[in-house]
Amino acid sequence: MKDRHIVKTNEITQIYGMGDAEVVALDKVSIQIKPGEFTAIMGPSGSGKSTLTNILGCLARPTSGQYILDSEDVSALDKVELAAIRNQKIGYVFQSFNLLPRTTALRNVILPLLYVRDNDKSYAEMEEKAIETLKLVGLEDRMEHEPQELSGGQQQRVAIARALVNNPVMVIADEPTGNLDSSTGKEIMELLHKMNANGTTIIIVTHDKAIAGHAQRAIHLLDGHIDNIQHNGHSNVHMKVSETV
Amino acid sequence: MKIREVLHIAWEAMNKNKVRSLLTMLGIIIGVASVIIMVSISAGTEAAIKDQITSLGSNLIFIQSSFSRMGVSGGKMAAQSGGLVYDDADALADVNGVTGVVVEQIATNAVKAGNVSLDSVNILGSTADLPRVRDMEIAQGRFFTKTENDQTRKVAVLGASLATELFGEEDPIGQTILVDNTRLNVIGVFEERGQVGDLDYDARLYVPISVVLDQFTQTYMGKIFGDRVKMIYVEIDDQTVMDDTILQIELLLAKRHEVSMEEADFVITTQQQIIQTQESTTSAFRDLLAWVAGVSLVVGGIGIMNIMLVSVTERTREIGIRQSVGATPGDIRSQFLTEAILLSLVGGLLGVAVGVGGSWLFGKLSDMRTVISFASIALAFLASAAVGVFFGFYPANKAAELDPIEALRYE
Repeated sequence: MKDRHIVKTNEITQIYGMGDAEVVALDKVSIQIKPGEFTAIMGPSGSGKSTLTNILGCLARPTSGQYILDSEDVSALDKVELAAIRNQKIGYVFQSFNLLPRTTALRNVILPLLYVRDNDKSYAEMEEKAIETLKLVGLEDRMEHEPQELSGGQQQRVAIARALVNNPVMVIADEPTGNLDSSTGKEIMELLHKMNANGTTIIIVTHDKAIAGHAQRAIHLLDGHIDNIQHNGHSNVHMKVSETV
Repeated sequence: MKIREVLHIAWEAMNKNKVRSLLTMLGIIIGVASVIIMVSISAGTEAAIKDQITSLGSNLIFIQSSFSRMGVSGGKMAAQSGGLVYDDADALADVNGVTGVVVEQIATNAVKAGNVSLDSVNILGSTADLPRVRDMEIAQGRFFTKTENDQTRKVAVLGASLATELFGEEDPIGQTILVDNTRLNVIGVFEERGQVGDLDYDARLYVPISVVLDQFTQTYMGKIFGDRVKMIYVEIDDQTVMDDTILQIELLLAKRHEVSMEEADFVITTQQQIIQTQESTTSAFRDLLAWVAGVSLVVGGIGIMNIMLVSVTERTREIGIRQSVGATPGDIRSQFLTEAILLSLVGGLLGVAVGVGGSWLFGKLSDMRTVISFASIALAFLASAAVGVFFGFYPANKAAELDPIEALRYE
């Protein structure tokens, strides 16, 4: 039977340091995420939340254990192959936006397309795709603006457009509303829900219970273990954001 | 990533920090420009010297008296081995392969023509072969003949500017000039020749050497032992047998002067030797300049490495962002390497412009000649590219090896 999970980890363990200084950041964590699911990862600092996110986002490799992403075992890939996975299958949204400074919104959104291996698209085609994605996040009239000319919410929209432009199988949003005021945060959450409704798998990392409440499931981590998994009972179909934030 | 995009990103990065980029390039600009300017100056000097030497005439052998062992006043012995004498020239003319012999003896005297009087005119006593051997053209009239020299005929040929000074617009041919109470009949005027070294050919008076020896530098010793001359020029027809001809000349002169070859009282120099000596000095000089300039290129390269290292640190977060959206270590490496190469290539181009302009300006403003060599331009430019690759590699590698998580966390 074909694996129905987009993310499947099998006892992944991450150990930092050696000998006496050894710290077990993740201890045999196994999670599964279905396509189209909206999952939250929660936990206090030091719980292994960031470590798990980095591994799920293919920015780091686990010390041991298996990670299967979109039916592909990525736990043993080298740096170059991991870069390709990040490029093709994962979109990132960061708390601090992480846009290239002094670079237009359009150039920022094109960025992932530039790193596509064996790309046969012309620059005009890439530009077209980027514009299309910027329209999706409602920023078509801000394309030529540089990050410092945009509000925080607009910058995060650019970041979301950048995360989506390569049609990833999964978007990882790490505290996406952490640097925004609550009403802007609400807009961003609405946007993420819209993307989720379009079929994008979303993992949101947060310590904010209200934000986690948007997700169908919240995985709580504590000291490198899964503490509990909370099912919020609502489906990934449209929901009223304003009620929960 | 496509080359076009890599270049685009590098160009963007360079443009975002225009002043810093320019300052970084300054080292390369100065290095490349100084290579080109220095090489052009030394090449110009070399060419000027070569021109001067070849303007003396081609296929020439110079024989100079050498009084190293015995003084002139050393009596009979001194006279016999005291250097070249006029009669040597006649003997040399019979050597196989010799096509012309010119003897020179110089005197300085006042010269009068009509009511014009000139003090201390340089008088060159020579032989009939002079115009041919020394590549000098007669503008008016003719040069004196061998017979006229042999018979000590009182004739004179004027340098171009001397003719104008003495006679103005008048035709000098057939006029009489007075040199130290000796009347000389003007039979010809040379074409303008110009100054070679500190010698002004145009201001000279040319007369048969027999006249100089007889009238202007007459000595008692000369009457007995033959007239001493300073220098004999020998022209040969074929350079390939030059060594053989030189040997014959050496044997002949040694025999005539009754000296052994080891203790010869004359020195033979060929034009080729003079040029070679000059070339080896100037090329050593040029090598030195090129090294100095090369060092400044290396210093420029270190400047680029320094700035690229700063740039990698400063843009750590950018590197993290690029890695998070799929840039491989290779992508990052080529991005920073391209930036370094672009910096040094643009610097190199500006350096070529400054170097070519500077050489031209230097040639215009000073009386030194400059010859811009395309080899030096190509070399300097390629060297700057190599500097970019060499000094760009370390920072680029450092950037490529950054851990994406660390890089993203960098503030």
